[in-house]
Amino acid sequence: MTASLRVVVVYPDLLGTYGDGGNGLILARRAEWRGYAVELIEARSDQPLPAADLYCLGGGEDGPQVRAAGSLLDDGMLTRQVANGAAVLAVCAGYQIVGTTFPGAEGDAHDGVGLLDISTTKGSGPRAVGEVAGELTTEAMEVLAPTVPPTLTGFENHGGVTTLGSGVTALARVTTGIGNGDGSGTEGAVAGRVLGTYLHGPVLARNPVLADLLLGWALGAGGLAPLDDSAEEALRQERLGGSRPTSRRRRPWRPR
Amino acid sequence: MRYRLALLTTRAVNGASRRLGRGQGTVAGGRAGLRVDPQLLQHLTRRRSVALVTGTNGKTTTTRLLATALGAGGNRVISNETGSNMPPGHVAALVGDRTSTAVLEVDEIYMPRVLTATNASVVVLLNLSRDQLDRTSEVRMIAGRWRAALAAAPHTVVVANADDPLVVWGAGAAATVHWVGAGMRWQLDAVGCPSCEGRIAYAPDGSWHCTNSCGLVQPTATAWLETGGGGGSADAGGVGDVVAVWADGRRLPLPLALPGHFNQANALMAAVAAEVQGVDAATALEVMASVSEVAGRFTTRAIDGVLARLMLAKNPAGWSELLELVQADRGPVVVSINARIADGADPSWLWDVPFERLAARTVVATGDRCRDLSVRLRYAGVEHVMETDPVAAVARATAGGGVNSRPMVVDVIGNYTAFNELLQAGVSL
Repeated sequence: MTASLRVVVVYPDLLGTYGDGGNGLILARRAEWRGYAVELIEARSDQPLPAADLYCLGGGEDGPQVRAAGSLLDDGMLTRQVANGAAVLAVCAGYQIVGTTFPGAEGDAHDGVGLLDISTTKGSGPRAVGEVAGELTTEAMEVLAPTVPPTLTGFENHGGVTTLGSGVTALARVTTGIGNGDGSGTEGAVAGRVLGTYLHGPVLARNPVLADLLLGWALGAGGLAPLDDSAEEALRQERLGGSRPTSRRRRPWRPR
Repeated sequence: MRYRLALLTTRAVNGASRRLGRGQGTVAGGRAGLRVDPQLLQHLTRRRSVALVTGTNGKTTTTRLLATALGAGGNRVISNETGSNMPPGHVAALVGDRTSTAVLEVDEIYMPRVLTATNASVVVLLNLSRDQLDRTSEVRMIAGRWRAALAAAPHTVVVANADDPLVVWGAGAAATVHWVGAGMRWQLDAVGCPSCEGRIAYAPDGSWHCTNSCGLVQPTATAWLETGGGGGSADAGGVGDVVAVWADGRRLPLPLALPGHFNQANALMAAVAAEVQGVDAATALEVMASVSEVAGRFTTRAIDGVLARLMLAKNPAGWSELLELVQADRGPVVVSINARIADGADPSWLWDVPFERLAARTVVATGDRCRDLSVRLRYAGVEHVMETDPVAAVARATAGGGVNSRPMVVDVIGNYTAFNELLQAGVSL
């Protein structure tokens, strides 16, 4: 009677640098807690990519990022599955490689997988590093139709500047931080069932609404049962400035 | 003369800083001295032998072990014991005299410039893995900088971990390398070949090679650790039966007071470096056995009357090792996470740590970022309570009480500033 779901974390050996593998775990647990049978697979880059309902791509270093894009293009599975309706969450380096082009370590342009109409170049300024807050754009609200209009929170760490083409919708408008960095004041992009973002944290730990959105896409479920997300909500409040950490015994220290 | 003025400045600021109670005065004095004379580190190391210790994990402990070994027989050794591992900390440690042997812990990124300044006779390269990605560079970049710096230092002898491909690449251009089989339990950052962008293949025994034709391959070690045949008593960490083996046939016991496999690896690296510096490995390992704590790590202290065994882990590789170490324990655990400048501002790495191993323990989440930790523990299936104040968290871990007559010892693991906070709150027994 239980429907099943397969979640694949794409190439944790190449795109596993920033803790984004947590997104796969979060999706799997949230489906399990609602009674679905879940298979969570960490697919290394030396194997063929398995078919799945939901793919997660994370952040990685420049060299491994280039290898990951090449392997995904050679493999072809991700593109085929997305055409068949699979959902994708792509973060940071993963976000860049699901676009059309992205920069290597020397700034040279590499072909992306082309799931999103975005292109990324190496920024000329310092890396974008720090907390990000953003409000979903009106267009994204229409595409995503989340039950709760969320403010997004996360941590960015990237040197790329991402320009959105006409085939995608910006995910959010940043109120803190840089995001896409192309001067539009936006962060992330979405088209069909592919959602890209620069946010770490991991992004689904800080924004469980997005996790349920992706699960809804992958499961085709009309309304997922609510979960007790008080731990996530406390974290969101803290990160968005609603409450401050309250260690009372803080002492001065010096950076090493 | 600029150098003399810089020396006086460093000592004066160190003294003033100590009198004012602002820390141990190490960084402030060194910084002031370097402002007066940017060549101060060169001047302070011109007439002495210098050993540098760097890597992601084990720097402070290995520095302490090597300094202890080189001090065998009463030799005076100077070291940046407080863990201030950038040039101001080095200067502050060295102003005491001009000739005694120095053993310096060095931040991974600062190693090249400290090597150039000190013309070190030995450099110990422990391991490289992800750490504080918002503040430091990616590991391949660091390995590349090591490689360039060591290629330009032909008189420096390198002691390097042969089991870590990133370290092997970083050490590969040095004139003289002693390769040590120090082990590697965190392979995720070295799946891609640092030399050619190919892939590193690992055999189950940990041996490795690049699958492309670039030629990067695990070097033959001159010393390594072997399980069995040591005759030592097994302890809680299951490490009592390990011996250090040299390619020349020597088999030496590792009777360390410090726990864990990773500390045995640190001791082996230190022993090989000590031998390069003229102290034979058997003597080195013997004197290292007396080191029972390093900057408070692994000590048991009383925190608000509760016995707490204090441990430090800063990144996924370090946390994996410590969680393995405490797995044999059954008592309560306090985990404290901060994200201040010295910790790195982004605790996303919590999701790379196998906290699942704490399931079935009594767990208290604390520290500035206990809410991030709490969410991580939720998805790890680890029941826990959250207490924002670290000292109160230790007390809370014992709520439920000890059942036997022995006093309950709480395992307390924190990242860098969280650990220091608890160390300062603790009372030595």
